[in-house]
Amino acid sequence: MLETTGIPSLEQVNSSFPSMERLMQGPVAIVECFQRIPCNPCATSCKRGAIVPFEDINDLPNIKHETCNGCSLCVFNCPGLAIMVIDYTYSETEVTFKIPYEFIPLPSEGDFVQGLDREGQYLCDVKVLKVQNTKAMDRTPVITLAVDKAYLKTFRNIKVVK
Amino acid sequence: MKHIEILIVGGGPAGLCAAISAAQSGAKVMLVERHDHLGGQLIKQTHMFFGSEKQYAGTRGIDISTILTDEIANSENIEVLNNATVLAIYEDGVITLEQNHKYIKVKPERVIIATGASEKSLAFPNNDMPGIYGAGAVQTLMNIHGVKPGHNVLMVGAGNIGLIVSYQLMQAGVNVKAILDASPKIGGYLVHASKIRRMGIPILTRHTVLKADGKDSLEHATVVELDERWQPIPGSEKEFDVDVMCVSVGLSPLSELLFQAGCEMKMVREFGGYVPLRTEHLRTTNPQIYIAGDVGGIEEASSAMVEGHLAGLAAAKSIGYEHPEFERVYVDYNEQLEALRAGHAGDHIRAGMSKALIKEASC
Repeated sequence: MLETTGIPSLEQVNSSFPSMERLMQGPVAIVECFQRIPCNPCATSCKRGAIVPFEDINDLPNIKHETCNGCSLCVFNCPGLAIMVIDYTYSETEVTFKIPYEFIPLPSEGDFVQGLDREGQYLCDVKVLKVQNTKAMDRTPVITLAVDKAYLKTFRNIKVVK
Repeated sequence: MKHIEILIVGGGPAGLCAAISAAQSGAKVMLVERHDHLGGQLIKQTHMFFGSEKQYAGTRGIDISTILTDEIANSENIEVLNNATVLAIYEDGVITLEQNHKYIKVKPERVIIATGASEKSLAFPNNDMPGIYGAGAVQTLMNIHGVKPGHNVLMVGAGNIGLIVSYQLMQAGVNVKAILDASPKIGGYLVHASKIRRMGIPILTRHTVLKADGKDSLEHATVVELDERWQPIPGSEKEFDVDVMCVSVGLSPLSELLFQAGCEMKMVREFGGYVPLRTEHLRTTNPQIYIAGDVGGIEEASSAMVEGHLAGLAAAKSIGYEHPEFERVYVDYNEQLEALRAGHAGDHIRAGMSKALIKEASC
């Protein structure tokens, strides 16, 4: 499926998520990288060693979710934009997602934007909590969004209509 | 006639790195580039590079170009000739160039050919219609000249170039209607495919272009699904209303100069066309001539940069300029290249190399 459409399967999505126990402990990175390619900036950018240093540059990222604190360095360092950070503890009903977003116009804090799934289909409107675009991010801004917990495994992208 | 120690043809990632390493070894280098600026395809690459830190992973191609060209500008050993085209390589090793309508003759001790590649085309009715571009041309329009190529695009080819240019088109506010590929699987990195798919752009594998139509320029494209034997399935035709079709169906090595120089050439399918036989030191069967980058086989820019360093070091050493830390850096670059080619993405490169590699003694 992924190899013919670009859409990861539910099993692949599930395999990149940590346990519910870990989700309940706060922010954590979700790495959706399912193909061995020569690429390692996720591991070299991780200051905590949560993404285990690669032996072979073609290794798949191996993330220790219990070591990850959701700092989000990997989110804007991944050349494949394949990483996001989620915080399941944000509120009773909502989870926050930090996703990389390289499009203009950037949303503004407080905006509601369209939340999309992994096929680009509309799920629900989501609230923009934060827009980070620092020099260190090198033109890969990171957007923090509050999303209904019902979309934990399906939300993946946004569309900004201004 | 000007005597040159090392002449490098092509100022893309391979040529730039070849110049840097040859100059660091102590050789005097002339770097010839046909455009008015160095960088080759790097200057169109707005995405972060893959690979490892040693090949600037995580840095955008255009910024890598700046890093390398700054290094060239700061080297006293490198003379850069922009707007200069190599015209011919003669039997006695003399090379002629044209620069700003001036005819220049040089006699280099060693030549490193780093001319890169050109885009392949696709045969279908009306494929010469205005609005039908190579993916490289669209990148040049958008990322160098700041010109939108049109409004609605059909991308043909789901290799890394097709996927990356589709993403860049969307960033520029151009609508990509679909990405086609005749292959049963997406050829480019799946992370690129996923980031485009989640913007709602369908990727249609096993599809090809049947024809293009329009009055004065492209208005519609008809595509068709292919069966297991790559034959069109009747009744599966789909029509797209597009004013741009972007063809990205692979590259061929730009190896004309190597043919002319009498290098032994071989058709290697995995490398995209005719490539020179070469030793592990990137020397061709013409002992004056080395190669680096896509001219020796289509690969990623990361490998082209590493090959450039290797060719620069080896060519310099062959005329008596040994890099102060030759052993260490040469081994390191070889290990980088091996690592880049080790994974599944490098399967075809390793297969191609087994056909194109020769022993040092035979040249």
